[in-house]
Amino acid sequence: MAANPMSQFDVYRIGPEIKVGAFDISFTNASLFMILSTVSILLIFNLGSKKNSILPNKIQLLAELSYTFVSKMISDTAGSKAKPYFAFIFSLFMFVLFCNMFGMIPYTFTVTSHIIVTFVLAAFIFIGVTVIGFIKHGFGYLKLFVPSGVPAVLLPLIVVIEIISYLSRPISLSVRLFANMMAGHTMMKVFGGFVISLGIVGGWLPLSFSVALTGLEILVAFLQAYVFAILTCIYLNDALNLHH
Amino acid sequence: MVKKIYFQSIFFSFFFIKEAFTAESGGMPQLNPEFWVSQIFWLILTFGIMYLVLSKLILPKISINLESRKSQILENIEAAEKQREDSDAKLKEYDEIISKSKLEANSIFNQAREKALKDIGAKREVLDKQIDNEIAEAEKEIDALRKNAPDKINKIAIETSSELLQKLIGAEVNNSSISAIVDDLSKRNGDKYYGN
Repeated sequence: MAANPMSQFDVYRIGPEIKVGAFDISFTNASLFMILSTVSILLIFNLGSKKNSILPNKIQLLAELSYTFVSKMISDTAGSKAKPYFAFIFSLFMFVLFCNMFGMIPYTFTVTSHIIVTFVLAAFIFIGVTVIGFIKHGFGYLKLFVPSGVPAVLLPLIVVIEIISYLSRPISLSVRLFANMMAGHTMMKVFGGFVISLGIVGGWLPLSFSVALTGLEILVAFLQAYVFAILTCIYLNDALNLHH
Repeated sequence: MVKKIYFQSIFFSFFFIKEAFTAESGGMPQLNPEFWVSQIFWLILTFGIMYLVLSKLILPKISINLESRKSQILENIEAAEKQREDSDAKLKEYDEIISKSKLEANSIFNQAREKALKDIGAKREVLDKQIDNEIAEAEKEIDALRKNAPDKINKIAIETSSELLQKLIGAEVNNSSISAIVDDLSKRNGDKYYGN
C-alpha cells in the first residue's frame, strides 16, 4: 500500500516533551534537520576558511565561491549600502539552500516545506526591512507608496495598490518557498507511490518521471533559495535607496 | 498481448491508488499548529547561532583570505611587470652596445683599410721612383756605353788591324794612317752596325 504523500511533512516529537509555560518547545524532527543544516553549514565554511592558501583546495574554493556569489548578488541588487547586511543574507541563503537540499535526501524532513518556518523568516525580513527604511528615511519612507509621475486622478488607487503589495510581501515570500517545496515533494511521493502500485510491468513510466523530477527538484531547491535571498536583497534595496 | 496486459494493469492500479490515498489522508500537517511554537523556537535558536558564528567568526576570515589573495596576486603581477620592464631595458641596452660596437668595428676596419691603402700607395710611389731612377740610370749607362762603343770599337779595330798588318807585312805601320782609314770606314758603315 502506498503511503499518504502528505505524511512526509508530519512533525513528530523526538525525545521527551519540553514545555516552557504554555509553550511546547519539544525537540522534533524539524528541529533535528534545522540543527543538521546549520551544523553542516558551519562545518563546511569553517573548514573552507581555516587555511589560507593561494591555491585553494576544494572546500576552500567552495566557501569562497559561495562568498563571492552572495556578495555579488547583494552588490548587484542592493548596491554598496547593503554591505552591513551581507552576513544576514548569506546566512539566510545558506540556511534555506541547505534545508532544501537536505530535503532531497530520501527519508529526510524538509524544514522549508512548513509555512510557519518560511513565514517566520519572511516576517522577520519584512519587519527588519521596514525598520531599516524608517531609520534611514524617517517618514520619508512612506514616499515608497507614492510613485512619481502618476496622474493625480489615479494616485489614491495606486497608493492603495502599493500598500497592499507592500504588506503582502511576507506572505508572497513565505508562500512561494513553502508551496514550491511542498508541491515538489508531494509530486515525487505520488510518482513514487505509482511506481510501487503499478509494479514491475507499469512502474517504469512513473519511475522515469521520478528520476526527472528529482533533477528538477534539486534545481528548484537551489532556485528557491536564490529567489528568497534575491527578493530579500530587492526589499532591502527599496529600504536603503529610496528612489520613487 | 503484452501491451494489453501492460495497459490493463496501469488502468486497474489507478483504482487501488485512489483507495490507498483516500484511506490515509489527513489534511496538511503544515496547518496543524501543534508544533508551531517548537518550530519557531528551534528556527530562531539554530538560525541565530548560525548567523552569529558566520558573521563574527567565519565570514570575516573568508573575506580576509580573499583580500590577501587578491593583494598578493596584484603584487605578483606588479613584480612581474617590473621585471619585464627591467628586462626590456636590459635588452635595449644590449642592442645599443651591439650596434655601437658594430659601428666601432666598421670604423676600425675602414681606418685600417685606408691606412693600408695609404701605405701601399706610399710604398708603391717609393718603389716607382726607385724603379724610375734605376731605369734612368740604366738608360744613362746604356747611352754612355753606346756613345763610347764606336770609339772603343775603332780603337780595337785600329789595334787589331795594326797588329794584323805588322804580322802580315812584318814592319811597323803608322798608327795614324790606320786610324784615318778605320774612321773613314766606320763613318761610312757606322749606320749598318749601330742602327742609328
